[in-house]
Amino acid sequence: MTVDQIIFILCAALILGSALMVVTTGKLIHAALWLVAALFGVAILYAILQAGFLAVVQVVVYIGAIAILFIFAVMLTRREMLDKGAQTRSNWWLPALLGLLILTGLVFLIIGQPAFGRTAAEMPLGVDTLRNLGMALVSQNAFVLPFEVASILLLAALVGAVFVASGNNE
Amino acid sequence: MSIPLSWYLILAAALFSIGLFGVLSRKNAIAILLGVELMLNAVNVNLVAFWRYQDPAKMAGQVFAIIVFAVAAAEVAVGLALIISVYRRRKTVVADEIDLMKW
Amino acid sequence: MIFLNDPINFIAGWMRGLLTGWGLPEGLTTVIIYVIGITVLIVFAMVLDILLVWVERKVVARFQDRIGPNRIGPFGLIQPFADIIKLIIKEDLTPAGADKLLYNLGPVLAIASVIILWAILPLSEKIFGVDLNVAVLYLVAAGALGTLSIIVGGWASNNKYALLGAFRMVANMIAYEIPMVVVLLIPTILADTMSVQGITQAQSGMWFAILSPLGLIIFLISAIAELGRSPFDLNEAESEIVAGFHIEYSGMKFGLFYAGELLHAFTFGGFMAVLFFGGYGGFFGLEKIGFFSWLDNPFVQALVFLAKAMFGYWVIMWIKYSMPRIRIDHMLAFNWKFLTPLALVVLVNTAVLSKVLAGLPAWGYVLGMFLSNIVIGFITVEILRAYGRKQHKVESKLSPQNTQNQEQAV
Repeated sequence: MTVDQIIFILCAALILGSALMVVTTGKLIHAALWLVAALFGVAILYAILQAGFLAVVQVVVYIGAIAILFIFAVMLTRREMLDKGAQTRSNWWLPALLGLLILTGLVFLIIGQPAFGRTAAEMPLGVDTLRNLGMALVSQNAFVLPFEVASILLLAALVGAVFVASGNNE
Repeated sequence: MSIPLSWYLILAAALFSIGLFGVLSRKNAIAILLGVELMLNAVNVNLVAFWRYQDPAKMAGQVFAIIVFAVAAAEVAVGLALIISVYRRRKTVVADEIDLMKW
Repeated sequence: MIFLNDPINFIAGWMRGLLTGWGLPEGLTTVIIYVIGITVLIVFAMVLDILLVWVERKVVARFQDRIGPNRIGPFGLIQPFADIIKLIIKEDLTPAGADKLLYNLGPVLAIASVIILWAILPLSEKIFGVDLNVAVLYLVAAGALGTLSIIVGGWASNNKYALLGAFRMVANMIAYEIPMVVVLLIPTILADTMSVQGITQAQSGMWFAILSPLGLIIFLISAIAELGRSPFDLNEAESEIVAGFHIEYSGMKFGLFYAGELLHAFTFGGFMAVLFFGGYGGFFGLEKIGFFSWLDNPFVQALVFLAKAMFGYWVIMWIKYSMPRIRIDHMLAFNWKFLTPLALVVLVNTAVLSKVLAGLPAWGYVLGMFLSNIVIGFITVEILRAYGRKQHKVESKLSPQNTQNQEQAV
């Protein structure tokens, strides 16, 4: 067990443990904060995978914006401070069974492919991931079109969210 | 780097299944969106793991992951705005109770 | 490498030799050395924090024309320790109905979001935590964690005023992140890298404060808003909202919030020094001359950096103790209607000019960038003046004098 593998296992335990708490806990605020823990674990995973820019963007976008949106939404849509009653449906065993089936199927597929058992090659020298990413996002024969379309999508979402939530059309 | 690729893929599969369980079994509409976020993160982990293990010189994996970030942010913003708007009218966010169109 | 030229690598190498001599495996040795390094950095930051409490109280006293603490120890230097002892022996209350785990988590997250910034602060060319190639973005991410700590603290207090204060504070912080991110791109463009070491090296020719003074001003304003200090301190406005989300926190938990805020202010002073005032450099090539080669020492560079950070912290304190508080709706309007468009204009100007003027000799480049900033500043002031004149006309028509005259005329 090398140090890398131990760190990965700890990180995976954090992610999966927090995810389980997100979907099972009774208090919604706690669920949102467990989501923050899970997202932070995924950021650590990106750092292990040497995608440093993605790790920091994960913290800024997911934890700094999306998780805070969730927390605000939870606080603004409750008539009292506590959650009462069960938070999961009464037939929760059915989704659990479905989830387990899908998980088993996927694990089977993954283990069945010997090519997936390989470990990572070293990063080729002189590859500046950050600069390559920047160039890829604005080069004509790379990904400038999806980049611009994503900007328009974000603009549409911004205008739409402000309009829907402002409640002017009562 | 002595971690096999299959470990990352199994982690992503487990995260996806947990998110799926959350979406299908929760009553509160916001809790359902939390499950959707977990699934999107599982997809991202998959993408970045394949980027790293396949060919780190090509950027397709990371660009795809960034587009998924943008889409997830847009979806959460609009989804939560809708939920808050529905709450203002119906005074409830339990998904089962939001089942009638305008009467 | 000897100790004086490269302290951290020297100590790390010595420890590695010692630990492997004791028979520990390689991976474990590395982990232990990293843990010790992190602990030393955190201890340094927290000890500096104690000094900052004293500095803050003395400086506010001088701004208010009084002396400040001078009884305990020479010049009141033992005062922070007296404060710490007082806070520790206070009763540790948890309000009824508060969420215990979240209530205790709030102050921890608040101070954690400040200490993680010290990982990228470059104290000198050889003394730093880690040289991330996305350090500027890391600064934004740490601000995001700070926002989270405020919501957690405000919610967990089970108190209407705490929650209102937390909402206002978070709206403020998220709003002012936008101009800060836009302005943080200016040193990135000018230095062609996001790493703080790279930005500091790129300023060995000319400080970015001269190349982009508007960027410096906008960064200062957004940093003060991010910190939640006056004049943007609706959160702790004792006269308005009874100390905002701090209300239910007593004793050392409040001490952690307070100390965290002071350390955050100092850290932002440090970042202002790194991004705009040349970081640990600043002798403009003097250290290459044989006689002054002792200026190239990491410890001298660290002292220079700390002096510049202290200057930045002093500017932030100066603004705090001279200006009245701004109302929340004015704060947000100021951000969305003025600061963000201005920041975007300055960014586009910097980006375009840095490529257009690239061919000119050094003094032409500096002069061109500086003059463009002055021109933008002038145009902005003119627009504001025209807007102010229009407002004045509208308001004077509605003033009680004029309406009375109109009624009498009719």
